[in-house]
Amino acid sequence: MPDFEVKFAGIASPNPFWLASAPPTNCGEQVMRAFDAGWGGAVWKTIGEQVTNTASRYSSIDWQGQRMMGFNNIELISDRPLNINLREIAEIKKRYPKNAVIASLMVESKREAWHKIVSQAEDAGVDGLELNFGCPHGMSERGMGSAVGQVPEYTEMITGWVKEKARTPVIVKLTPNISDIRVIARAAKRGGADAVSAINTINSITGIDLDTLTPRPNVDGKSTHGGYCGPAVKPIALNMVQQVASDTGSSLPISGIGGIATWRDAAEFFLLGCGTVQVCTVVMHYGYRIVEDMIEGLEGWMLEKGFSTIEDFRGMTLPRVTEWKHLNLNYKIVARIDESKCIGCDLCYIACWDGAHQCIHRDRVTGPVDGPVELHATPASIEAVTRATIAVTPIPKLDGNARNGAKNVTPLERIPRVDETECVGCNLCSLVCPVDECIAMVEVPTGLAQETWEERTRTKECAAPPLHG
Amino acid sequence: MEIWSDPKTMRKQHPIIAERFPDLHPPFAKQAAVLEANRCLNCFDAPCTAACPTHIDVPKFIKKITSLNLSGSAQTILDANVLGASCSRVCPVDVLCEGACVMHRYNEQPIEIARLQRFAMDSFHAGGRKLRRKYLGSRAGKIACIGAGPASLACAAEMAQQGFAVTVFERRELPGGLNTYGVAEYKLTASASLREIELIEDLGVAFRFGVEIDPEGLRRIDREFDLVFIGVGLGQGHGLKIAGGDHSDVVDALDFIAAYKMARITNTSGKVAVIGAGNTAIDAANAAMRLGAEEVSIVYRGKRESMSAFDFEYEHAKLEGVRFLWQTLPIHVRADGGTLEVLHCTKVDDALRPISGSEFSLPCNLIITAIGQSPLLSLLESAKGVTLDKGRVAVERETGQTRNPRYFAGGDCVNGGREVVDAVADGKRAGTAMARQLEAAYARF
Repeated sequence: MPDFEVKFAGIASPNPFWLASAPPTNCGEQVMRAFDAGWGGAVWKTIGEQVTNTASRYSSIDWQGQRMMGFNNIELISDRPLNINLREIAEIKKRYPKNAVIASLMVESKREAWHKIVSQAEDAGVDGLELNFGCPHGMSERGMGSAVGQVPEYTEMITGWVKEKARTPVIVKLTPNISDIRVIARAAKRGGADAVSAINTINSITGIDLDTLTPRPNVDGKSTHGGYCGPAVKPIALNMVQQVASDTGSSLPISGIGGIATWRDAAEFFLLGCGTVQVCTVVMHYGYRIVEDMIEGLEGWMLEKGFSTIEDFRGMTLPRVTEWKHLNLNYKIVARIDESKCIGCDLCYIACWDGAHQCIHRDRVTGPVDGPVELHATPASIEAVTRATIAVTPIPKLDGNARNGAKNVTPLERIPRVDETECVGCNLCSLVCPVDECIAMVEVPTGLAQETWEERTRTKECAAPPLHG
Repeated sequence: MEIWSDPKTMRKQHPIIAERFPDLHPPFAKQAAVLEANRCLNCFDAPCTAACPTHIDVPKFIKKITSLNLSGSAQTILDANVLGASCSRVCPVDVLCEGACVMHRYNEQPIEIARLQRFAMDSFHAGGRKLRRKYLGSRAGKIACIGAGPASLACAAEMAQQGFAVTVFERRELPGGLNTYGVAEYKLTASASLREIELIEDLGVAFRFGVEIDPEGLRRIDREFDLVFIGVGLGQGHGLKIAGGDHSDVVDALDFIAAYKMARITNTSGKVAVIGAGNTAIDAANAAMRLGAEEVSIVYRGKRESMSAFDFEYEHAKLEGVRFLWQTLPIHVRADGGTLEVLHCTKVDDALRPISGSEFSLPCNLIITAIGQSPLLSLLESAKGVTLDKGRVAVERETGQTRNPRYFAGGDCVNGGREVVDAVADGKRAGTAMARQLEAAYARF
């Protein structure tokens, strides 16, 4: 069986699944139940000077009937008294010595304040510290959170203050609300950080109530920008994680955060170099219980792939993420439709015509047409034919008892044809197709050697003129 | 049994009828509608749209539900089918849009198109919205529609929306034809049918009720109007032509259905035999069950495979508790004194020949006949220049135009008895063609 024990920047944890600093780690009672459910570690809801929170605090984006594809909050750090948080941390470390408890910290930007909170947290027995330089709302207006994380000098300075005092590993949590996340990661490293975690939430306004014209979440008729997270942000998080992981100037262990909802998401963060992952939104949606599938699912995948530890595959995909100029321009693929699977929705057809390169046609019955786009029936002309066709309700008494044709056979005229000579291999049809493995993107050998843009422009001396003079 | 109409009764459901005939397919709540609408794949050139005789753009109206653009959704439906509300309740969607849904090939239930359509239309009616006019103002040209059933209503609405003056002549007291008088109440209430037609009246269509058009009436209409649409449907049901078949407790299925819908009948006691196995027979049999009959038997000379009712109607009738007597032919009706007592029957073989010695008595107190309607030959034959083909008005399919260029026709009198949606499609095609013809005619002056 795979071994899930990890040592992340010196912090031992029975598994790499941590709860992010957020409402699910607000109090000791919650964290204990989370550990009982199987979570390896918990980053405590940020402690510091006690705050007052608003009602309401959360809003979300639903998508096609699914709740909380994206989630937004304007909640501040812990609104519980500091001494209670510290007492509970101490109690939990006694009861759950093997689980990782990390204190997320945020205080005003004064050396003494940071020294004091580091001592208090470490005296309570935490295994590590996470510096919250990322909170994008509220706290940033008071010179904390992302107000620190958006300025490399501040990040380096405060990380340095913390390192003066800290005896446990220090993780700097990075804000995505910056043009190049690597700049802050490098600053954290210069400040002596032992690791980074990325990403914190993204500045957002999730929406506006179209009846009251109030933005969400509504606080007595007004709102403010919040921090966006949940499944919608995963691609942004993966990109930022990859940027940091591939940056020689950063080179720190990374705890991946951002839209992780399943073991598959987690595996992707590990493949891009993360040593642990932190989860919040999906727990706020479904509860701690979802960790069971995260562990079991990852275990199953690792067994299948022959990996026995996270280290066996950590960062394995990084060499495959490269710059555009290093991609092979002579790689050709085309779309192939598996007729036996096609249900005849023709979404690939309309997507290709309106959103891609007009190389999927509906001419299986009328016969293939080769040549320029003008020769083909257009979507509008096809629909016009249907509208002009007289259809009637089949009535057995009038129509000779002809029962309706087999419902599970797709009529040939609805099975589209890919013109492979025109197909550019963009993937769009296979992305819109609702049926698994119905449209495959198949490699067509070109007989040409691999050639990248860089190689082509270097060897043929036909470099495009620089964009800006 | 005498059938009369009381407009007041039909505009409001009788409490007993309401209790016994609740919605077969209850309406969606908002969130359920949005969830279901989200399931729709939004097919291109969608098979559901192609299967619909009125070619409602189904994915378009469904996707408008997901964004809660409900008035736009209803408008999309109405643009194709002015009786979209009643069609959402009465259409045999298993053999139409929902039967064509690609979900059948996707290991999933088809999208519940009919219920979504009803959701959009209910919201349209609840919002007090009106039908859209395509031409503001009025245009020269007078049109008469004979009959106020779905075909005529669709024709009248199309022409009125295009700015023409339309008068509808109807022999009964209320408009809607079978939509109002003949659809099982658990599918479509008479009041829901009438509510939908009020929107057509709002367009300025004039209705003349209680006017039975005879050949003389038709001649008057011919003189007074530019164009005539014939949407008279079919005539009387075929009677039971056996001994005793003229007994007063032998009733026509459509008369029976109209009677309970008007709450003239709120109770059926004893045993009932329904002759015939079409969709109307099923509606009548189910109604008799719900009205309290002790036992309802459908008596049909053919086998189950040759019954003309849709499969889903047959399945529904079984659930209602209706018995089916296949390959059974009625021989004579026996009454004791005034009371109907027994229907004598015989079993028949595959060639419908009576099998001797197989005769039996079916005790019954009411016989409902549902063995088809005859065409209104005398009226149709009096329309000059209009030709008939096997009792049906011969028309050009695309326009509904008869051999007399001033006469158009649609619905059951043309297609022999299909569905409401077919009548609407006929009426709309004819209305469009008639508007074009008038436009051209008056443009010359």
